[in-house]
Amino acid sequence: MALSVDDVQRAAHLARIEITPAEAIDVQNKLEGVFRMIERMRAVDTTGIVPMSHAQDVSLPLREDRVTESDQHALHQRNAPAVEDGLYLVPKVIE
Amino acid sequence: MITSSVAELSRALLARRLSSVELTGSLLDRIETANRTLNAFLTVDREGAMAQAKAADARIAAGTASPLTGIPLAHKDVIMTEGLRTTCGSRMLENFVAPYSAFVAERLARAGMVLVGKTNMDEFAMGSSNENSYFGPVRNPWNTTCVAGGSSGGSAAAVAARLVPAATGTDTGGSIRQPAALSGVCGLKPTYGVCSRYGLVAFASSLDTPGAFGQTAEDCALLLNAMAGHDSRDSTSVNRPAEDYTRLLREYAANAAAKPLAGVRIGLPREYFGAGTEPGIARAIEAAIAGFRSLGATTVEVSLPNVDYSLPVYYVISPAEASSNLARFDGVRYGHRAAKYDDLMDMYKKTRAEGFGAEVKRRILVGTYVLSHGYYDAYYLKAQQVRRLIADDFRKAYQRCDVIVGPTSPTTAFCIGDNIDDPLKMYLNDIFTIASNLTGTPAISIPCGFDGKGLPIGLQIQGNAFAEAQILNVAHRYQQTTDWHRRVPAGFAP
Repeated sequence: MALSVDDVQRAAHLARIEITPAEAIDVQNKLEGVFRMIERMRAVDTTGIVPMSHAQDVSLPLREDRVTESDQHALHQRNAPAVEDGLYLVPKVIE
Repeated sequence: MITSSVAELSRALLARRLSSVELTGSLLDRIETANRTLNAFLTVDREGAMAQAKAADARIAAGTASPLTGIPLAHKDVIMTEGLRTTCGSRMLENFVAPYSAFVAERLARAGMVLVGKTNMDEFAMGSSNENSYFGPVRNPWNTTCVAGGSSGGSAAAVAARLVPAATGTDTGGSIRQPAALSGVCGLKPTYGVCSRYGLVAFASSLDTPGAFGQTAEDCALLLNAMAGHDSRDSTSVNRPAEDYTRLLREYAANAAAKPLAGVRIGLPREYFGAGTEPGIARAIEAAIAGFRSLGATTVEVSLPNVDYSLPVYYVISPAEASSNLARFDGVRYGHRAAKYDDLMDMYKKTRAEGFGAEVKRRILVGTYVLSHGYYDAYYLKAQQVRRLIADDFRKAYQRCDVIVGPTSPTTAFCIGDNIDDPLKMYLNDIFTIASNLTGTPAISIPCGFDGKGLPIGLQIQGNAFAEAQILNVAHRYQQTTDWHRRVPAGFAP
């Protein structure tokens, strides 16, 4: 399965990355060999093999349902590009 | 003194032959000069370091010091350090100041280590040469026209040039071990879950592992003693009794004349000794194996039939996880935001187009593609199944051997710019290191010689899950009879 320039553009839209037509062609060129390498994996017979999503077979621990975090919004908003009255500013989305 | 190991410095500090203020001050001066050439540090915190050094000296005087108290340290810039800039080598986080510290940073600070600064890295830890840093490549102290390796290139170069005795790194597919090999230092990737990932900027969460750089295996063990431990803030942190990772090292020190590796079975996978590895590297590895045998170890051939698929599996799983993790950089809560945009969607797209570099974008696109509708089973699920087969190969191999030995990287350091236009060629650098990440098992790279160009060669020692003490012991015994790890690059000898 070869990666097309259209595939690159579709993925870029899904990933919310602006990409010019020239960049899409460059990405497609550079990833061609990478996808050929990835395709090799498909020759392996994996019938009945349980997918391994994690290095250790851990069950996710649950913690007690109580408040552990304090209000630190002022601290965290120091890194925000645009803030007003404790709110993050974004372009208008509802007319 | 300045080129001494952590263990040696620790003895000098505790005996009051040296103060942390003196040591830290001289290293900060060295960093200031050397960094103009190496570009290993992105942030140097002279004021903070001197204050910590003063506090360390007071702690030593009060008799409450740990073996790491007063030892200068650098953190890879993917590790959050409260109040200090944490850039991840990216324009996206160029001005990001960490609001809290990573677990490993907290632990090393609590042990009394002195944080001198943050080291350069491939953007978001994606790369094998440090050329993907927004802040420019790190140069290799052994030959400054060469790369230092990546992604933790700054930490590796800083330890190699003796700018700090120890540093942290993170290893997702080889990002500690490969730069350790290319820069001629030791780099330890522990078992997944032994060191908490809390406060690491995430790349691929099922693979990311914090670890340590030092001149010696003993130093890596000392750092791991402080870095390891359960942390409820990382759901994959393992909860097991604390270990002293130096215990086997000390055990054998008392019995140096005996064959210290007697009873240790070294596995040699035939897959690691084929064509594709530079002949100079193959020779150095063979010589090291002979060295292990003379220390009493036995060798056994093992087979890892699926290990060749590590690269394709890794380049499906890691971009998939990265595309999800890096979705958080949207220009709203932190990081870069484009100056001009039309609407919200346009703001996201322009912000991410400007904030991320070319390699990070490529990996996000690969990850997005393999996870997208209609491709999930063919790529992501398939990769997870092959990942299990690779883990099974290793499980079987460790029934016949205690450690697995081979080269860390198929080549020594290459020239800056040589591989930058061919991602596949760059990815092949990690061919021997990726499997430890897929299987979540520990591995160390240690210096074992030099090639014809005078560039260092790395030997990789892998072990089964939680076998850190064993691989550190094998590395340590080798270092007791060799001096490759003692060599200092000519341009950086004090």
